[in-house]
Amino acid sequence: MSASQPEPHAADLVFRARGLTKVYQMGEVEVHALRGVDLELARGEFVVLLGASGSGKSTLVNIMGGLDRPTAGELWYENEALSHASERELTEFRRRYVGFVFQFYNLIPSLTARENVAVVTEIATEPMRPEEALEIVGLGGRMDHFPAQLSGGEQQRVAIARAIAKRPAVLLCDEPTGALDSKTGVVVLQALDTVSRELGTTTAVITHNAGIADMADRVLVMTDGRISDERRNATRKSPDEISW
Amino acid sequence: MSVLHRKLGRELLRMSGQALAIALVLASGVMTYVLTSTSLASLLTTQARYYSEYRFADLFVDLKRAPEHVGERLRDIDGVRSVDTRVVAMVNIDVPDFTDPVSALLVSLPDEGQPALNRIWVREGALPERADEVLISDAFADAQSLGPGDTLGAVINGRWQRLRISGVGASPEYIYQIKPGDLFFDFERFGILWMRRQPLATAFDLDGAFNNAVFALRPGADARDVIARIDDVLERYGGQGAYDRDDQVSHGFLDTDLQSLVVMSRVFPAVFFGVAAFLLNVVIARMLAAQREQIGILKAFGYRNGELALHYIQLVLVIVAVGSLIGTALGVWLGRGMAGIYAEFYRFPYLDYSLDVGVAVMALTIAALAALAGTGHAVLRAARLPPAEAMRPEPPSRYRRSWLERLGLGGWLDQPSRMVLRHLGRHPLKSAITVLGIAMSVAIVMLARFQVNAVDALVESEFGLAAREDLTVTFTEPTSYRAMFALAAEPGVGQVEPMRMVPARLRAGHREYRLAIRGLVAEPDLHRLLDIHQQPIRPPAEGLLLTSYLADTLGVVPGDSLQVEILEGDRPVRQLPVAGVVPEYIGMNAYMELTSLNRLMREGNAISGVYLKVDADERDRLFQRIKNMPRVAGVSIQREAVRSFEEDMAGTVLIFTLVMTLLAMVIAVGVVYNSARIALAERARELASMRVLGFRRAEISYILLGELALLTLLALPPGFLIGYGMTHMIATALGTELFRIPAVIAPSSFAFASCVVMAAAIGSALLIRRRLNRLDLIGVLKTRE
Ligand SMILES: Nc1ncnc2c1ncn2[C@@H]1O[C@H](COP(=O)(O)OP(=O)(O)OP(=O)(O)O)[C@@H](O)[C@H]1O
Ligand SMILES: [Mg+2]
Repeated sequence: MSASQPEPHAADLVFRARGLTKVYQMGEVEVHALRGVDLELARGEFVVLLGASGSGKSTLVNIMGGLDRPTAGELWYENEALSHASERELTEFRRRYVGFVFQFYNLIPSLTARENVAVVTEIATEPMRPEEALEIVGLGGRMDHFPAQLSGGEQQRVAIARAIAKRPAVLLCDEPTGALDSKTGVVVLQALDTVSRELGTTTAVITHNAGIADMADRVLVMTDGRISDERRNATRKSPDEISW
Repeated sequence: MSVLHRKLGRELLRMSGQALAIALVLASGVMTYVLTSTSLASLLTTQARYYSEYRFADLFVDLKRAPEHVGERLRDIDGVRSVDTRVVAMVNIDVPDFTDPVSALLVSLPDEGQPALNRIWVREGALPERADEVLISDAFADAQSLGPGDTLGAVINGRWQRLRISGVGASPEYIYQIKPGDLFFDFERFGILWMRRQPLATAFDLDGAFNNAVFALRPGADARDVIARIDDVLERYGGQGAYDRDDQVSHGFLDTDLQSLVVMSRVFPAVFFGVAAFLLNVVIARMLAAQREQIGILKAFGYRNGELALHYIQLVLVIVAVGSLIGTALGVWLGRGMAGIYAEFYRFPYLDYSLDVGVAVMALTIAALAALAGTGHAVLRAARLPPAEAMRPEPPSRYRRSWLERLGLGGWLDQPSRMVLRHLGRHPLKSAITVLGIAMSVAIVMLARFQVNAVDALVESEFGLAAREDLTVTFTEPTSYRAMFALAAEPGVGQVEPMRMVPARLRAGHREYRLAIRGLVAEPDLHRLLDIHQQPIRPPAEGLLLTSYLADTLGVVPGDSLQVEILEGDRPVRQLPVAGVVPEYIGMNAYMELTSLNRLMREGNAISGVYLKVDADERDRLFQRIKNMPRVAGVSIQREAVRSFEEDMAGTVLIFTLVMTLLAMVIAVGVVYNSARIALAERARELASMRVLGFRRAEISYILLGELALLTLLALPPGFLIGYGMTHMIATALGTELFRIPAVIAPSSFAFASCVVMAAAIGSALLIRRRLNRLDLIGVLKTRE
């Protein structure tokens, strides 16, 4: 027990992970998606995750967001042991603290942009108004459009509005700018930056665009299920200073 | 309204065709349930109210003749609350301008006022006052258009008399106004006439005496005990054995009809709810599969399992609510029509018809439970899916070459046909489920036709092959053969065949049944008995031949022994073997050879009736003469009985068939249309891609609709099998003392069921084709599935 006890925690550490391992069982074959990840995230910290395809970025972020459980290892969010939480506890954790932006937007096709945001704000405690969130990502004029009536980039911005609208304590974004041109990409990143600064949201962004790394407090590089490199930026660049 | 409710509304709207099809199947279940339950409830309450308001008796007895003071001894029996002694007699009557023989049951009323038991409901006019006045039963009055002031002629004890009608009415004793011993009512040719006691007794030489008594029991009295005591008291007076309501004709008929209604109120709704549950299962499971990722995203944002399960359950419940509403409305509406039909058959002074809120709530509950049974598992499983897993699309399915292709027939098939076969092969379970659903609708159409087939078969077997006589003449008491020879000598009479009927009680262990044992000639040619292969068999010289349903009721098989208590003459009690069984559809009978029966009675060659074959041209004149012959108690015209039976049945059977066929079509469309919509949704991308590649509309329609046609054809054989099984089940469940429905299915029914289902399939195909033609190529390819 004592071995897995977390270190006496510094007040500002939000996430603490020790030896996180995730193994997918594919019939006979075992896929090691994470091979022992150690990680600490401070409150309000903005982290960018880089790494080759298949290196385990999505897996790690999903586990941090309480979508999945590690096969082994420890993960703490403040005083909650996510690695040992029940399904119900994970649901409550996500409901209260986490905003997600997924790689494939995952909007609900039968709901308008506004409603796709509202579906999350309805169960949040102190959300923005859905309209406000959509204004932030520059979609004030398309609130009553259905996903099928929006372009891929617009859909992605709705997904971001949905994630920030609940004013989450933790914001986890899986390639949020994948489908965007640089101009809208900047708008979106600006929104993420604003939310993280103003609300003190702890943010993790997965990206293949190394340029985005400049707006982070810290950059983590994943290789083959491990964090292989880590560097700290002296200053966080504003998104409009980033080169794509 | 929350966003999830809006999502629900839009999705319902998008699948409105499917949802409506399912709602209609549910509505069918609710309708049949509401219809049968409400009818049942209203008949039961009406019956109970009528019985108590008009003091329906508990026990009944016929006897030869007892002096009035014996009534006091009957009244003194422990457990008896009150007794009415009466004079009851069967007579032939003359209705002006009507040549067929008409018989009537004369029932005495006390000389003043209403009887204590079996009181009269006077619909028109008044109770009889004068000696020549009678009050006549309402069904008879309606059928013959008779009313107060009209007159009838009656041959009472050989003397012609003129009777004036004082009023029209009914009593709880004759809710079913059927001639004793008959199985069908014939309101034109049978009526009940109530007359004051004094003139009736005088006419039948029963002054200061009675030949019938009815009893009310004290609460808690043991009916069997009281019956035994009544029989003791009346033994010396030719008592024919007291009986309770179960053996009373009107109550017995009503009771068996109510029992059939109970069966129907369970079987039919069960079938519909079963199909609806099945359809919902298919549709909702498919919907949940399509919404996996949406479920995943909602869970990712913290929606709880319960909230998501509730969301989908609400969707199911909306369908249930719509179905229940439609079903209840239809049930109430049809129920009023049904009440009208019942009012024809059952002569109640009123019918308490109202929709019981409890029934509606029950129907809704059952519908909801059925729907949840069909969907609950899939919904809970989907809601419990871990979010990370839910957001991963299901792995692409593996296609294989179909077995037809592997058999080397592939070369015969074009590419689209190959696609059809591979798709079916890829989802054997899904295909099997669709086939099963369509098969169910085939089965239900067959069930709809089954009543028509059954009535035809019943009439053919009972009247075409077995009872071939034209007329049955019954005598007031056992007579010698001379009476038969007298009849045979009448012009126009062809073949004659004597018979004897003796009231008896059959006992096997604690089970007993009261009937009239029929003695038939050794080799009957008019009134024949048929075995299961419709071959004539002889009545046994030793022992009894029983209707097989009676043998089952008594729990005996051929070879077992029965205690037979004769309720006439010297009232011998014997042990007789069961010699065999006959599969009769109507009534429950026990047969013996005439000479054996007479030997048992220790009487010479007595007969109580004659079966006749008559010349159609001489018929009317013959009736006139027979009516006026002494000791003739009644004449039954076989052919008229059959005709009026078929007429009575025709209306109900037609309505039933129509409704059932409609319901079956609802199911067929529901299943076929839903399967097609699901197939369309699953394959829209594939089909759109093919369109983009240059395939024509007709070609892609063929891929989808060809699959549907193949599934429909595959569904026919199992449908026939299920239909056959359900027919047997229902025929068995609906069997009563009065009727057993033969479980026959005419070849035309197979064809009819196939046609109905194929029509439903074609209709669905046309609807789907319209959608296919409007397939939005870009839209389909843009959205991820
Ligand atoms: N449910 C699963 N079952 C089996 N293997 C999985 C599953 N999810 C992920 N993997 C495997 O785990 C490894 C890490 O996957 P992950 O999605 O975390 O990669 P990633 O770094 O996000 O890649 P990309 O940049 O392409 O999104 C991959 O090899 C992947 O195939
Ligand atoms: Mg990824």
